[in-house]
Amino acid sequence: MLRRASMLLACRPILAARARPFSTDLPAAPSADATFTEAWTKVIPNMDPPKTPLSFMQPRPPTPSSIPSKLTVNFVLPYASELATKEVDMVIVPATTGQMGVLPGHVATIAELKPGVLSVHEGSEMTKYFISSGFVFIHANSFADIIAVEAVPLDRLDVNLVQKGLAEFTSKLSSATTDLEKAEAQIGIDVHSALNSALTG
Amino acid sequence: MASNAAVPFWRAAGMTYITYSNICANLVRNCLKEPYKTEALSREKVHFSISKWTDGKPEKPTIRSDSPEE
Repeated sequence: MLRRASMLLACRPILAARARPFSTDLPAAPSADATFTEAWTKVIPNMDPPKTPLSFMQPRPPTPSSIPSKLTVNFVLPYASELATKEVDMVIVPATTGQMGVLPGHVATIAELKPGVLSVHEGSEMTKYFISSGFVFIHANSFADIIAVEAVPLDRLDVNLVQKGLAEFTSKLSSATTDLEKAEAQIGIDVHSALNSALTG
Repeated sequence: MASNAAVPFWRAAGMTYITYSNICANLVRNCLKEPYKTEALSREKVHFSISKWTDGKPEKPTIRSDSPEE
């Protein structure tokens, strides 16, 4: 902890001196809307300006000049927040371009996810989820936002249903006529084979 | 639309990303084990009511619930 404190003290003057060379290196976000409050006080000086959404949100942490030791992950679903600002060592996400490992200090990236397994590595423990599809936003300050429509731990999947589904969609592909039917059958095959390899691999 | 970028097969077939994503999510939900499956299916029901407007007045609304993907 003393090491982090001295790192922060050291990097503060560097951040002020640097003139934003890359757009991915961001300073800390403001926690109050300066232009709004100025405009308000000009027009209505007697009343306090109302709070804007920005003041309710936590400000974005700045990009530290040295790589942090942990990756902070926000893993959200439409109906629940699985992980909220959890500090982990690494996550492996199933991007459309292949399994992508994200470590602290990863370059800022936006990746679309394909149906596959997300694994969160923290110390010696690893938690796996099967994700149906979604996106991952990795920010320059070692924050990763993973958003998925549906994510289930692997032990909640039924292997028989998966294999039945795979057989069903494989036969649908061969009997499909329109482009749309073929695409749907292909999606079914992709998802079920990803499920299958997640359960057997 | 000139397909000079490599479009995914579902977009080439005329499907949008949202439709693709919802189909994937439904397929995953259908492969869940029993107590989780019923929870998931009840969680993802969609209800909305649509009313068409003519001459500035709404007509009678139709309620659609859990419409499957087309």
